[in-house]
Amino acid sequence: MPQTASAFADVAASDAALRRFLHGLPGVDAVGLQARAAALATRSIKTTAKAYAIDLAISMVDLTTLEGADTAGKVRSLCAKGRVPDPADRSTPRVAAVCVYPDMVPVARQALAGTEIKVASVATAFPSGRAALPVRLADTRDAVAAGADEIDMVIDRGAFLSGRYLQVHDEIRAVKAECARPGGEPDAHLKVIFENGELATYDNIRRASWLAMLAGADFIKTSTGKVAVNATLPGTLLMLEAVRDFHAATGTRVGVKPAGGIRTTKDAIRYLVLVNETLGADWLSPDRFRFGASSLLNDLLMQRQKLSSGRYSGPDYVTVD
Amino acid sequence: MTEQPTATTTPTTTATPITPAGPRSAPGPLPGFAYAPAPESRDLAEIAPSYGLYIGGEFREAHNGKSFTTLDPSSEEPLSEVAYGGAEDVDAAVRAARDAFPAWAGLPGAERAKYLFRIARIIQERSRELAVLETRDNGKPIRESRDTDLPLVAAHFFYYAGWADKLAHAGFGTDPKPLGVAGQVIPWNFPLLMLAWKVAPALACGNTVVLKPAETTPLSALFFADICRQAGLPAGVVNIVTGDGTTGAHLVAHPGVDKIAFTGSTAVGKEIARTVAGTGKRLTLELGGKGANIVFDDAPLDQAVEGIVGGIFFNQGQVCCAGSRLLVQESVQEELLAALKRRLTTLRVGDPLDKNTDIGAINSAEQLARIASLTEAGEAEGAERWSVPCELPSDGYWFAPTLFTGVSQAHRIAQEEIFGPVLSVLTFRTPEEAVAKANNTPYGLSAGIWTEKGSRILWMADRLRAGVVWANTFNRFDPASPFGGYQESGFGREGGRHGLEAYLDVR
Repeated sequence: MPQTASAFADVAASDAALRRFLHGLPGVDAVGLQARAAALATRSIKTTAKAYAIDLAISMVDLTTLEGADTAGKVRSLCAKGRVPDPADRSTPRVAAVCVYPDMVPVARQALAGTEIKVASVATAFPSGRAALPVRLADTRDAVAAGADEIDMVIDRGAFLSGRYLQVHDEIRAVKAECARPGGEPDAHLKVIFENGELATYDNIRRASWLAMLAGADFIKTSTGKVAVNATLPGTLLMLEAVRDFHAATGTRVGVKPAGGIRTTKDAIRYLVLVNETLGADWLSPDRFRFGASSLLNDLLMQRQKLSSGRYSGPDYVTVD
Repeated sequence: MTEQPTATTTPTTTATPITPAGPRSAPGPLPGFAYAPAPESRDLAEIAPSYGLYIGGEFREAHNGKSFTTLDPSSEEPLSEVAYGGAEDVDAAVRAARDAFPAWAGLPGAERAKYLFRIARIIQERSRELAVLETRDNGKPIRESRDTDLPLVAAHFFYYAGWADKLAHAGFGTDPKPLGVAGQVIPWNFPLLMLAWKVAPALACGNTVVLKPAETTPLSALFFADICRQAGLPAGVVNIVTGDGTTGAHLVAHPGVDKIAFTGSTAVGKEIARTVAGTGKRLTLELGGKGANIVFDDAPLDQAVEGIVGGIFFNQGQVCCAGSRLLVQESVQEELLAALKRRLTTLRVGDPLDKNTDIGAINSAEQLARIASLTEAGEAEGAERWSVPCELPSDGYWFAPTLFTGVSQAHRIAQEEIFGPVLSVLTFRTPEEAVAKANNTPYGLSAGIWTEKGSRILWMADRLRAGVVWANTFNRFDPASPFGGYQESGFGREGGRHGLEAYLDVR
């Protein structure tokens, strides 16, 4: 029977209740999940479907730079790229967002003024999340105050792995509260990063998905891009299935963002196929699905040029920013 | 899990309606992610207008000059005229095999292995061609012939090539001998794979072969004959006689045959057993099945749904070990069926050569009629029918994926093998009841168990009377794993070390 969101009101009433709920979710058979992802990866997307998928993928990119060496110049250059991904072809869609560290939010905000491109900021002591809660909340507050439209937070994997689910839940809630903007301004959207590579098991990924959605995540995101294992097809498929079940149970539509390691058009299209066959057309939109990536965009542009011109150009025919 | 998804509240139900493969319209504000047609090139398999019988290393006309037409079941388009083997032709083939036997059996195992390895490699090299051919003659989706059939065919030859020089260590004595001439009759559901299951162990053990492929799918066996020539296999070691049931009956009854191996229906299997009785011929039979796919309430739900779909809709359900009965624990029935129906609406039915097709054509008009008649019986007996709403091509033989709920053990669709994309759903309350219901058919070929509890898997597997029991998967095959049935599903094992026994004189 479908149940309303209120049916989950008691789920997070106590650590014990939350643990019972999360451990009562159906298990994940790793072999079966991987086989399903591999089977969907054999879908053959050609001609018109490919052109559609490439433009859709470009419009879903969160163009990202998250480096210690980031400067205002680097961020401005990335923003320019996001506005006009291919100067030679103005019909190319713009990207969904530019994703930076909190101190670069004002620069990105200014560089993207007048566009619909969102400014996303990582926060909460990204990527490890290893700071006291007040510090993580202050980090978030700072990014929101600087004008971030979207906050990409990390969960405390240590707390999750030691079974302190309620703590993780309440911290997501607290960060979500920091995303609120008083005075009628739209709240920042909250993306919750699990770091699947550190959660290690598929059962954990399903539990983290439900935990984050129950706590109010607008998006759930695979990874930071800073560890050895980042976005994978099976891990993302599992998160899409959790989103599907959460929607069936509550009517709430949560977005999904795979991040890290997605570099080619072929990869991106495989993710879009997963979305299409798990959640359907409703989720094939930048409002519900994003790619966290930096080098992916140029491969999408090269494939786009190939489709329109009939020949391959080369890496010098797309801009490097 | 309390938050059960239902078909009515799930977006995928409406967002991805089933359509013939090719462009499809999706609702919503976006133009939709329609998969453009992605057909594999039919030119990859060049089909001659006519084929002869392969006897003694060369192709020849049938003795009586007769032939029959083989069709593409997805369009009813004629593919080729194939020689119809009569009694004289079967006799000639058995003689050729008999003549070739001493030299073939006398080769050192390592020499026979060279030929088998060569055949395996040629199959790999020609796998795209063979996949297209198989899909055109059989109607199965290219995704399956390319990703399942052909890799397994090559794997079987590689596997048994490895045994050829190690027979003394297989546990059948220090110097096991071949039987002689093996007469092999194979079905139409996996034409080339069933050939591989039969031919590879026979040759590895030193037997020679007369093979009769199914009437509706003779082409891949004839291409295999060409591969034998390409591999330089000595003349007469493999002989292919195409034809119908009468041709097969001639082969089974021929006094020069030492062993019969048959895969097909239980009715024909019984007839063969009667013919062979008292002749001293060895016999192995792989017959029908009514496999139970048993889902407990603690199953990995999404993967169980995939396993159910793979269990009964793989190859349009035309699989002897198909999981054609779903036994679901009552406490998760509603949740599971909602998830299953939602998943079934995303299946892509249509052009078998399209790389995105999940469900292809039924192999023949005759089989389609059988499926239709049994599903009608299911409705008449009061089971509730649900078919995915899909548009089927107007030409060719098609049947929409279907499931029946409210099925009880007394219904024909719970007892008889439908051999089509039709799932009967039954429920159980306890593990004991699941075992009792799963075993309660005249068959015993396959079963599947879905649970996260390892001890229950072992407890169930001990009690299920089925030749193969899959745990948290279904329809997985490997050449190293023996395959065969209980009761009316036949006897003898194919595959693995056990599969050698059927082709060695070990009695």
